[in-house]
Amino acid sequence: MREKSKTQITLIILVLTALGLFLANRYLDPYKIRIINLSGIYVTLGLSMNLINGMTGMFSLGHAGFMAIGAYTVGILTMPVTMKEMNFFMQPIVPFLANVEWGFLPALFAAGLIAAFFGILIGAPVLRLTDDYLAIATLGFAEIIRVVFTNTQSLTNGALGLKGIPNYTNIWWSWGVALVTVWFIWFLMKGTYGKAFLAIREDEIAARSMGINLFKHKVMSFAFGCFFAGVAGGLMAGMLGTIDPNMFRITLTFNILLIVVLGGLGQIGGTIISAVIVTVMMEALRFLDEAMDLGFVQIKGIPGMRMVVFSIILIIVVIIREKGLVRRPKGRELTYAKN
Amino acid sequence: MLRIENLVMRFGGVVACNDFSAEIKKGQIVGLIGPNGAGKTTIFNVVTGVYKPTSGQILFNPTGDQQHRLTGLSPDKIAQLGVCRTFQNIRLFGELTVLENVFIGNHLRVKSDVFSTVLRLPHYAAEEKRMYEKSLYLLEKIGLQDTRNEKATSLPYGMQRRLEIARALATDPKLLLLDEPAAGMNPQETQDLIQFIREIKEEFDLTIFLIEHHMDVIMEISEKIYVLDHGILIAEGNPSEIQQNQKVVEAYLGVG
Ligand SMILES: Nc1ncnc2c1ncn2[C@@H]1O[C@H](COP(=O)(O)OP(=O)(O)O)[C@@H](O)[C@H]1O
Ligand SMILES: [Mg+2]
Repeated sequence: MREKSKTQITLIILVLTALGLFLANRYLDPYKIRIINLSGIYVTLGLSMNLINGMTGMFSLGHAGFMAIGAYTVGILTMPVTMKEMNFFMQPIVPFLANVEWGFLPALFAAGLIAAFFGILIGAPVLRLTDDYLAIATLGFAEIIRVVFTNTQSLTNGALGLKGIPNYTNIWWSWGVALVTVWFIWFLMKGTYGKAFLAIREDEIAARSMGINLFKHKVMSFAFGCFFAGVAGGLMAGMLGTIDPNMFRITLTFNILLIVVLGGLGQIGGTIISAVIVTVMMEALRFLDEAMDLGFVQIKGIPGMRMVVFSIILIIVVIIREKGLVRRPKGRELTYAKN
Repeated sequence: MLRIENLVMRFGGVVACNDFSAEIKKGQIVGLIGPNGAGKTTIFNVVTGVYKPTSGQILFNPTGDQQHRLTGLSPDKIAQLGVCRTFQNIRLFGELTVLENVFIGNHLRVKSDVFSTVLRLPHYAAEEKRMYEKSLYLLEKIGLQDTRNEKATSLPYGMQRRLEIARALATDPKLLLLDEPAAGMNPQETQDLIQFIREIKEEFDLTIFLIEHHMDVIMEISEKIYVLDHGILIAEGNPSEIQQNQKVVEAYLGVG
């Protein structure tokens, strides 16, 4: 009975969301549509980081780096051959990529897989150690990848970045991927592997003693998180059309962390809501970075003022409640798959 | 089933366990007693791989024909071989529900890969249904079926101890290590626990290694008892032998 009504509610929400997106796509101006796209992408980002940080209890600060990998993968793979020739005028692109022109879906997949591959490469050595090392390693990785991308002229076009990436990303892509992410993480966490992640978060010694291989499960969770971060990076590239290494700074990771903490560590629903709110706020508060004329006093624009405001919000949230806006409902039913 | 040979465990200058040997046969309930700080929990930690011993070895032979060397294996490997435990200072997955705690105990036996769990493929669905039913059955056994959706740490102390046993049983152990299961229980609960331990031993065909402070519990259910003091084995034997042992009496009265 309860299962059935839950399914109905889920269906109703899905239909309403689809209808809302359809109407928005039709009647809203490009700027607003872009915010909606960005919200969808941040839902994916928030959930993927929540899987790592909230559900498995690891501390990763590498999201910007994995997004960069995904964005460049999609940029390079989808860009038309002639556009590549125009972009890479300083140094031609490496021959094996010069003539590829993939569709968006395979490119997004590749973005996720390559990001996950690098996630495993970075994660595997440090996940054997305690979690503090993961934070340091991922933070370092995210910074290093920017430097690397700035210098690999014939692969990423260096500091010039990539221009003219096909604008494949639309509302259906950004929210479609968000939906797939929700679905994936929802069922992952319902199943026994997800429960093992939670067990690791709760108590590593007890989890190990119940036969859970910590390393294997941590790497698994981390790789999934990196996969979706890479896909989201790819969507970002397809939305912006232009990317360069400096877009993927630590502040980007910080935005996602804000979404996760606001939405609640381990919370799927909360993360979705907070991703939308933070994205909209981020745009609404854009005026903070610009010059203001209050009539009697003029304030020069302070770039980064927005981030100061967000940092303060984050600190306040962390201080007043460590568990975010949506509390885990007490007495959640653990159900099993019916076949 | 389990053989501990010349086990030494040193923590810096502290010798928590010095040249301890023991043998547990299949189907036995064996007790391990000794004053606080004698090194009992340390022995459990070494057997389950939480600590690597300074020297000595531990052999596990669950079926009688296959010898495993536990020393050097990781805790999860040891649990997979069929050695599971409870903790003296309860270690439940606190934020998770009672049912989830037991459910997680099943995970090590899952055959499906992670993608089949996400896609809910039929073979996983069948597997999960079995795990779920087994978990509910175990909760019913410990009388917690009605609180299955409560947070584990919201349970009273005695119930948390029972939940730990249920979680350990979910891993399908052959050898179960119980670290002071009656701690914090009143006499009635303690009597129930003794009954319960006997029951699960029969039903799940277990061998049990048990640390306990309640002498009445140990004396009543153990076939064999090891007595430890300051990391040294001072006596071993059946309950009546132990009760008459001069060294044991002294250790417990703090004489000598
Ligand atoms: N991880 C550890 N590091 C240092 N000393 C330890 C550690 N674990 C146990 N000990 C020491 O080993 C001795 C035995 O402890 P323990 O095995 O817990 O005793 P028991 O369970 O018999 O009460 C104690 O002196 C304790 O302080
Ligand atoms: Mg102890």
